[in-house]
Amino acid sequence: MKDVIINIEHVSKQFGDKVVLDDINLQIKKGEFITFLGPSGCGKTTLLRIIGGFHLPTDGKVEMEGKDLLTLPPHKRPLNTVFQRYALFPHLDVYDNVAFGLKLKKEDNEDIAEKVTKVLRMVGMSDYEDRDVNSLSGGQQQRIAIARAIVNQPKILLLDEPLSALDLKMRKDMQIELKEMHQKLGITFIYVTHDQEEALTLSDTIVVMNEGKIQQIGTPEDIYNEPQNAFVADFIGESNILVGTMIEDRKVSFIGHEFACVDEGFEPNEAVDVVLRPEDIYIMNKLEGAQFTGVVKSCTFKGVHNEIFVETENGFELMIQDYNFFQPGNTVGLIIKPADIHVMKKDCLSNRFEGEITAEGEVTFLDTIFDCDTTGFEVGDKVCVDVAFEKVDLLDHKEDSDLRGFVSFILYKGNHYHLTITTEGGAKLFVNTNDVWDKLDTVGVNINAEDIRLTKIEA
Amino acid sequence: MNKRANWSIPYAIFLSIFVALPLLLIFVYAFRAPGGGFSFQNFVKFFNESEVINTFLYSIEIAAYNTALCMLLGYPAAYILSNNKLNKSAITIMLFVLPMSINALIRTLATVELFDILNVALGEGTLIFGMVYNFLPFMIYPIYNTLRKIDPSYYEAAQDLGASPFEIFTKVTFPLSVPGIQSGITMVFMPTISTFAISEFLTNNKIKLFGTIIQENINSSFWNYGSALSLIMLVIIGLTTILTGDGSSDSQKGEQSI
Repeated sequence: MKDVIINIEHVSKQFGDKVVLDDINLQIKKGEFITFLGPSGCGKTTLLRIIGGFHLPTDGKVEMEGKDLLTLPPHKRPLNTVFQRYALFPHLDVYDNVAFGLKLKKEDNEDIAEKVTKVLRMVGMSDYEDRDVNSLSGGQQQRIAIARAIVNQPKILLLDEPLSALDLKMRKDMQIELKEMHQKLGITFIYVTHDQEEALTLSDTIVVMNEGKIQQIGTPEDIYNEPQNAFVADFIGESNILVGTMIEDRKVSFIGHEFACVDEGFEPNEAVDVVLRPEDIYIMNKLEGAQFTGVVKSCTFKGVHNEIFVETENGFELMIQDYNFFQPGNTVGLIIKPADIHVMKKDCLSNRFEGEITAEGEVTFLDTIFDCDTTGFEVGDKVCVDVAFEKVDLLDHKEDSDLRGFVSFILYKGNHYHLTITTEGGAKLFVNTNDVWDKLDTVGVNINAEDIRLTKIEA
Repeated sequence: MNKRANWSIPYAIFLSIFVALPLLLIFVYAFRAPGGGFSFQNFVKFFNESEVINTFLYSIEIAAYNTALCMLLGYPAAYILSNNKLNKSAITIMLFVLPMSINALIRTLATVELFDILNVALGEGTLIFGMVYNFLPFMIYPIYNTLRKIDPSYYEAAQDLGASPFEIFTKVTFPLSVPGIQSGITMVFMPTISTFAISEFLTNNKIKLFGTIIQENINSSFWNYGSALSLIMLVIIGLTTILTGDGSSDSQKGEQSI
């Protein structure tokens, strides 16, 4: 395609044993404002640094306008970076900082002066030429850092969480300025942030990343309205994520009721995740005409709207946003419109591991020995191990268990928590529980013998 | 007086007995004739003794050579040591700094023996060798420290703006390490002017430095003249410190990231 400026194919990156990027495929269009969004450690900055030339991928290729980018050292790449902590040279004043790149290109002094003046006017920092960079405020340093990058007229501007060091008010102002700057310059902006609101405000395209993988690529509207999986739904905006069953096309059951929806193409009775945005649930005091009812647990004023927690008659908790106040303790009627129900395929239905029968009554998987019924199997058999989400026990005292890990992701599903446990060996285990755990809690994992299902893998 | 200020009392006593009082004594002795009474006689003597003035100028020259050599050898060493890619072990820096912990006199005497074994005639060459050997760590260490503290994102920023590795060095690394160089100069140049042991042993007392002359005068009980010479040296040291802009106050410059 002609309007693709950056083409990333099968890019992976490992630091030692740790996989930071796992088979990334992405095309960036000329002139777009694209954002890599994700929690810290998701690999977004590493991907940006690979494009910038500060890391080399372990695998894969990166092309710019059809030419291999990876063989070029950073100083020869036609792109510039705005660094997270600005990295303005402390031994140079504002003018010399901005002129740094132009002077290296041995441009004419008059041209340099003209360009620097122009770009400083653009970022609203005229009259600051002679100032020491250390005497500037965070916001001013930010502007100089942007000026220093764009004065070189790069084809692509890379921005690594450029607003994270600023206070809220300043951040909002800079967001608007960045957006204007992008329109004025017409060049491609590649932006990295962990702030979903910032990403939704600024971007033409958002790339949601988690644990080194791309979760979803789309416009801010797509990502918000049609999240592809529970991670995206949870990370972008507020949401209720519930366990459901797709009864047939355009008919889904969750929280004990059947609802009409607009989703198709699932197997009959397929288990799915259902996402409801809190502003998409209609709440009213009258009960007739309601699809289901619930009792208001709490109602908190949040400035623009009230945040209401409602417990349905089947014991599911829903978060709802509404302009009106609802008295806690009152029974309310609730309606969900078909178009507001987002049905997502489940990533997996149970924990599945490869294991081996290591002794009579013992199976080894995740580098750990578990007791289980091995009737019908022989020692040395390779097996497929299935453990249901709700059959995994988590223990406070990790000493009591041979398998240990930490809570890496928490999702509330209306009446239970869906946890992701990353084991010490780096494997993932999904757990449904009613107990409250915090992210990064270390836990011991226990699985009872009768909850381990084995299937033989044919050699 | 608040409580915290009380903590400084022991230091104040220490400083007054071991720093302020000796300085005061030097000052008083320098302006007294050997027989007693206020006099400029000692200073007049200095400016009339061409041999002493020549020794003084020669000492400065030797100190300048020594400092320049230390810098030429020390900067690359500090650069390599501070670079994680070039130096992966913490032991190498220790090997460079370790000699500092051995008494300079012992090291110098050992050097003399070495030259003796190698049949090298003692003279100006061996003197400068001994000085560089003794003072090199004092140049390496401050430069190493400043280089270590430079935020690597400056290098990346320079690279991003189109600087080749050589340009990164000339336009970013070197300017940011200047405070370390200043400290290094202060720590090497000043002590070399006043050193006497190295010149005494490594030239077999053939070459005299300004420190030697002071030491000889004091040893021969010419307290007043010795004090005057010391005072002159102190003034020169003070002036150089001001001129090079004592590194200690700006040596953190490389550390300031934003």
